[in-house]
Amino acid sequence: MNTHAPESLQEAARAEWSRLQALPQPLKPRDRLAIPPQEIPAQDPLARAKNMREVALGYFEEQARVEAARCLQCKNAPCVQGCPVRIQIPQFIAAIAAGDMAKAIAIIKETSLLPAVCGRVCPQETQCQEPCTVGKSLKSVGKAVSIGRLERYAADWALAQGAPEAPAVAPPTGKKVAVVGSGPAGITVAADVRRAGHAVVLFEAFHKAGGVLVYGIPEFRLPKAIVRAELDALRQMGVEIRTNFVVGRTRKIAGLIEKDGFDAVFVGSGAGLPKFMNIEGENLVGVYSANEYLTRSNLMKAYDREHATTPIHAAQRVAVLGGGNVAMDAARTALRLGAQEVHLIYRRTEVEMPARVEEVAHAKEEGVQFHMLQNAKRILGANGKVTGIECLRYELGEPDASGRRRPVEIKGSEFQLEMDAVIVAIGNESNPLIEQTTPGLAVDKYGHIVTDEHGRTNIPKVFAGGDIVLGAATVILAMGEGRKAAAAINEMLKG
Amino acid sequence: MNQILFKEQLSPEVFRMRIRAPLIAEERQPGQFVILQLDTEFGERIPLTIADADPAEGSITLIFQAVGKSTKLLGQMQVGDKIANLVGPLGRPTHIAKFGTVVCVGGGIGVAPLYPIAQGMKRAGNRLIMVIGARTKELVILEKEMRAIADEVIICTDDGSYGRQGLVTVPLKELCERAPKPDLAVAIGPPVMMKFCALTTKPYAVPTVVSLNTIMVDGTGMCGGCRVTVGGKTKFVCVDGPEFDGHQVDFDQMIQRLGSYREQEKLAAAGCQLHGEAVQKGLQE
Repeated sequence: MNTHAPESLQEAARAEWSRLQALPQPLKPRDRLAIPPQEIPAQDPLARAKNMREVALGYFEEQARVEAARCLQCKNAPCVQGCPVRIQIPQFIAAIAAGDMAKAIAIIKETSLLPAVCGRVCPQETQCQEPCTVGKSLKSVGKAVSIGRLERYAADWALAQGAPEAPAVAPPTGKKVAVVGSGPAGITVAADVRRAGHAVVLFEAFHKAGGVLVYGIPEFRLPKAIVRAELDALRQMGVEIRTNFVVGRTRKIAGLIEKDGFDAVFVGSGAGLPKFMNIEGENLVGVYSANEYLTRSNLMKAYDREHATTPIHAAQRVAVLGGGNVAMDAARTALRLGAQEVHLIYRRTEVEMPARVEEVAHAKEEGVQFHMLQNAKRILGANGKVTGIECLRYELGEPDASGRRRPVEIKGSEFQLEMDAVIVAIGNESNPLIEQTTPGLAVDKYGHIVTDEHGRTNIPKVFAGGDIVLGAATVILAMGEGRKAAAAINEMLKG
Repeated sequence: MNQILFKEQLSPEVFRMRIRAPLIAEERQPGQFVILQLDTEFGERIPLTIADADPAEGSITLIFQAVGKSTKLLGQMQVGDKIANLVGPLGRPTHIAKFGTVVCVGGGIGVAPLYPIAQGMKRAGNRLIMVIGARTKELVILEKEMRAIADEVIICTDDGSYGRQGLVTVPLKELCERAPKPDLAVAIGPPVMMKFCALTTKPYAVPTVVSLNTIMVDGTGMCGGCRVTVGGKTKFVCVDGPEFDGHQVDFDQMIQRLGSYREQEKLAAAGCQLHGEAVQKGLQE
C-alpha cells in the first residue's frame, strides 16, 4: 500500500469524476472496472507513528463517489451474503454514487447499528469484499469495491451533520431488561430492546462504557469520540448505563432477576482471560498480555504520561508475539509510546496471519519489523526483568486440520534477541466469572456459554451473545448475535 | 454513591473510611476487595480489601495506608467527598468453615482485610487466635475489635514498643509447636511477612492461606497483570484468588512483579506529596 498526500488523492478523484461524467450514462461494466480503486487518505506513516490520532482519514466526497461508481450493482449481490448482518450494500453504494448521503446512511442503519465503528474495524476483505464481483473480475480481493470505506464515509457524513434524532422508542411496556457488558453485542441488544419500549439498564464493569471498543481498540484505529456518540445515542433513547458494576459480583444474574425484578438478562461480557504461552520467563517484569498493554494505554491513557496516573513501561525494544489484529494494535501502540524498535514475531507466514491486510500494511509502513516463521521459546531476564527472548525458527510442513500448513520447528535454530518488553497477543480464554457465579448455566468445554440460534441459554430469561459465546470474534459478528438475541427477548416479552 | 461518610486517621499514614456503597455492602463476603479510581479520565485503578461492611447503613469500611499517589490523594479527601469510581466486591470469598483452631496473622495494614475473615471464622465455631504485628505501637490497628472476637490475642512490634518485641513468625512457630497444633493459618500482610509465615508453618504441615494484593487493572480477569505462580502454574489473583495456598505461592516472583513500576510510583507519589503540601499550605494561608 502506498501513501499519497491526501490532496493529490482528492485531485485525482475530482479528475476521474469529470472523466466519468463525460462517458455515456449509465456506465457500462467495462467502464466501471476501469475506474482506479480509491486509496484512503492517511496520516504520513512516520508522523503518525508518534501520535495517537486516527491513521486513516476517510474518503473525500469525490473519492467516495468515484469508488461507489466502481460497484456493478450485481443482481445477486454476493457482497450481501458476505455481510454478517446483511446490509443492503449495492443500494447504499448507489445512493453514495448519486450523492444522496442521507439515503445511504438510512439504508445502512436499517440493519447495522454501528456503521462508523464497523466501517473502520470490520475485516471486510474476508466478509463483504471477499466475494465482490469487481474484485473477482480484477483477480484481486484488494481491488474489490471498498465497501467498508464507503460505509465509514456515509457514517462519518452523518456524524458531521450533528447528532441525529434518537431512534423512535415504543411506549413503555413496564418490562425491564438487564444487558451485561457495554461492548458491541451489549450496545446492539440495548438499542433493539429499548426500541420495543422496554426499560434497559446496560451494566459495565469498567468506569467507562464501550467494552473492547474503548479498552482494546486503540484511538488511532477507532477514535473514542465515535464510540461516545453511539453511547450518547443510547442514553438519548432512555437506556440507563451503569458503570462500575460487575455482574456476577456486584449482583449475580439470579439477583438481577429475583431481587431487582429484571424480566430478561442478556450476557455479553466479552472475551476473557488472556492466553499466555506457558514458556519460561513469562511472569518477568516487562511481560504483558496485549489486553493489559492496550488497556493501560487506551482506557487508562498511560500514553499521556503528563496527566495519567497509570504507568506503562517506556520500553525501547519491544517484542510482540502473535499475528492477529490485537498483535498489530499492540505493536503500533508500542511505537507510539516511544519504542525504538518493535519486533512482531509469528510462527507461520504473513499469508496465514489472521490480522486484516490493512492493519499489517499500516504496521509495516510505521516501521514494525516482521519476523515470520519464528516463535518465542523462552523469555530471558535478569533481576526479575525482561532482557530478551530466545526464538526458534520454523518451516511450513503438511496442512493441519484448519487447512493451513502447520509450522514445524527447525531443531537447533535457537537465537536470541535483546528486548526490554514482551507483549503476548495470542488470544483469550473465556472469562469464568459469570460461569463461577451462575449455578447451572451451561457452558462448553472452553467455558463459552451455550446458546441456541436465538441466543437463549439453558436458564429461562437469560440470553447471551458475542465473544462469551463465540470465542474470539469480530465486532460485526457480536452485533449480529446481539440482534438475534434482542429479537428473541422482544418476542418473549411481548404481551 | 461512593460518598465518604466517616474518616479517621489511625496513624500518620493509615486511614479508616466508611464509604456509601449499598450494593457492595449487601453482597460482599470476607476476603473480597474493591477497586477504586479517583479520576475517571486519568486516575489509576487500585485494589483495596474491604475491612468491614454495614448493610443497614449501606456502607463499606476501607482501611488503607497512604503510600502511593492515589492512596495519598484518598487520604486527603474529606467526609462528604465522593470517590469517582468504586467497583466490587471482587475476588473469590474466603472459604469459611469449622476447621477447629484458626490462627489469623495480620501484619500492619493487613490486619484490616483479616478482620472480616476472623469474624467469619469465629462465627463458624472456630477457636480463634489472633497475631497482630506492626513496626511500632502506633501502627497497631483494630486491636479492640480483634480482642472482642478472638480467644487469644498476641501482639508483636518490631521495636518492642508494645506487646512482644520481634516478628510475627516467632509466636506463629510457638503456636505450631503446641499440641494440638492449629488446623489452619490465615496470613495477610506485607508479601515478605506472608512468605515467612508460609515458611514457618510448612514444616508443621499447617495449611496456610495468604491473600495477595498484586498490581491490577480491571480486576475481572481481563488483563492478567495480577498473575502469580502458584504450584508452578500461572494464576490470576483477581478471579482465581485473592487467597491461595501460601505453601505454593512463588513469593519472590510476586515481590518482583509488585515492583514493576517502583520508579514511576516514587515520582508520582512525590509529585502528589508536593501537591498535597501546597494545598495544605494554601489552606493555612
